[in-house]
Amino acid sequence: MTTSQTAMAQLNTGERALALIGGEATDANLRRYLHGIPGIDAVGLEQRASDLGTRSIKTSSKKWAIDKIISLIDLTTLEGADTPGKVKSLVGKALTPDAGDLSCPRVAAVCVYGDMVLHAVAALGSAHSAGTDAGVNVAAVATAFPSGRASLAIKLADVHDAVAAGADEIDMVIDRGAFLSGRFGQVYDEIVAVKQSCRRPDGSFAHLKVILETGELSTYDNVRRASWLAILAGGDFIKTSTGKVPVAATLPVTLSMLEVVRDWHRLTGAKVGVKPAGGIRTSKDATKYIVTVAETVGEEWLTPSLFRFGASSLLNDVLMQRQKMTSGHYSGLDYVTID
Amino acid sequence: MTRLAVPKTYKLYLGGKFPRSESGRVYEIRSHDGEFLANAAKASRKDARDAVVAARSALGGWAGATAYNRGQVLYRIAELLEGRRAQFVTEIVQSEGVSTAAAFAQVDEAIDRWVWYAGWADKYLQVAGNANPVSGPYFNLSVPEPTGVVAIIAPQTGGSLLGLVSAVAPALVSGNTVVVVANEAMPLSAISLGEVLATSDVPGGVVNILTGSPAEMAPWLASHADVNALDLVGAGDLDWIHLEIDAAETLTRVLQPENGPDAASPSLARVLAFTETKTIWHTKGLI
Repeated sequence: MTTSQTAMAQLNTGERALALIGGEATDANLRRYLHGIPGIDAVGLEQRASDLGTRSIKTSSKKWAIDKIISLIDLTTLEGADTPGKVKSLVGKALTPDAGDLSCPRVAAVCVYGDMVLHAVAALGSAHSAGTDAGVNVAAVATAFPSGRASLAIKLADVHDAVAAGADEIDMVIDRGAFLSGRFGQVYDEIVAVKQSCRRPDGSFAHLKVILETGELSTYDNVRRASWLAILAGGDFIKTSTGKVPVAATLPVTLSMLEVVRDWHRLTGAKVGVKPAGGIRTSKDATKYIVTVAETVGEEWLTPSLFRFGASSLLNDVLMQRQKMTSGHYSGLDYVTID
Repeated sequence: MTRLAVPKTYKLYLGGKFPRSESGRVYEIRSHDGEFLANAAKASRKDARDAVVAARSALGGWAGATAYNRGQVLYRIAELLEGRRAQFVTEIVQSEGVSTAAAFAQVDEAIDRWVWYAGWADKYLQVAGNANPVSGPYFNLSVPEPTGVVAIIAPQTGGSLLGLVSAVAPALVSGNTVVVVANEAMPLSAISLGEVLATSDVPGGVVNILTGSPAEMAPWLASHADVNALDLVGAGDLDWIHLEIDAAETLTRVLQPENGPDAASPSLARVLAFTETKTIWHTKGLI
């Protein structure tokens, strides 16, 4: 997609959103629209999610799924104790997940704090996709991650810095306080403003992932509303969680977000990505997500530009499963890196 | 009116819990004269894998406990076994067809053996460790440390409780965690031992008991890269040479099968077989 097309798509999204809402993006209009969305049958949703988790996956499909999972991972380190050295070793792992088997695919991106983008970009060198999606992307969390409790000016500066340092993707958090108290307009405007800050000097945009922090939204209905809000405001991806609150990504929550993405696609033809993050630790769990994506929005979503796993420990488990499939015997933690 | 007996369907003991086999399979346990006793879970390779995961995650806590504490915990198991003597005797009489007196003798010997091994927990270090003489202002200490996760094929012949205890207890002494495949034909003692362990102070995952076919599970445990040692004491009837070769592929320590009444007889060697010696240098202090 060229720069002008991207800008056009952006404009269209904005127009479409306003047309859907039926007026300006004010609290009242957004509330009327979001509260007009049909409610979620929580029992049905959970049942559907658990059904999707029981699909029998045969060996050849499992092999495919494992490589697919690896290529969809945003390898993440978001600790207060992160250092340039740790980011460098994370990048090393992103490029060569299994040093004992070079046929193992690369991950989609590394996800770091804004001030570490510089080091991630330097460590990636020529493997950095730099906006082309050809190599490994650098994703930066921004907007006062994880709480989002800062003034808009500081949040935007946070985004600007990360994009200027070379981030290809920005993971922003929404203001959950504003959302839960019904100030939808404020949340909408913030996402729009952040999206504008993702603009690079050449006019292209860094991908914007909008973190809903579903663990703090209490209900599935809220998750659905927040998903709609984030998509209407122009998010390229909707992401479940920061990974910093006790309840992170769950299958039912991800399923409900995928349903919104599916509905949006039917409505407008535009494709929005989904990123479950936090709490996905085993390849078995990850496979359930793969099945859910394929059966909800379709297999074409199983590509790094439309689906990601935000994870750190998941990769090791997937690698051990991969080693098991290659070697025929179970692998152990001694055969993967210590992160 | 005759009362209908309520035969039990036993489960596995994994990670401190009693799950059914992942495969959903069970097999019949029969007494020595062919009478139906109960159903036992027939564990699959995935249960063996889950058991290794449980054992691995329990390792840090168990190996990190003080030697004194481990000794206390192991001794407590002996106390609980003592309280359940009658149950073990009944089960042994039913499944092995021995006399009550012989069954009592076996249970008593098993309990005594457990106490004997429990005593070694804070003593084997003094016997096997060493302060090495070096020509320099250093202490040079060799200390045995637990190997890690030990997979055991319990003896398949002889006393069903005594064989199991003789294989499991020595591995626990130094702080290893254990995945044990019980006596296939006579698993009742192993299942009851699991119930004892669950109500004792042993942390979940330190001992994991699988019932089912050793021939089916042993190859997966032997080749498993996360298993650090393999005790083939009861694998005499299996193709154990190949198990040993598979184990070697991932640098797993192996104890070979033992047969006869003296199989896995109590010895410090069985404790030390599942340790690795770490040698450290330390300055004597620069005064």
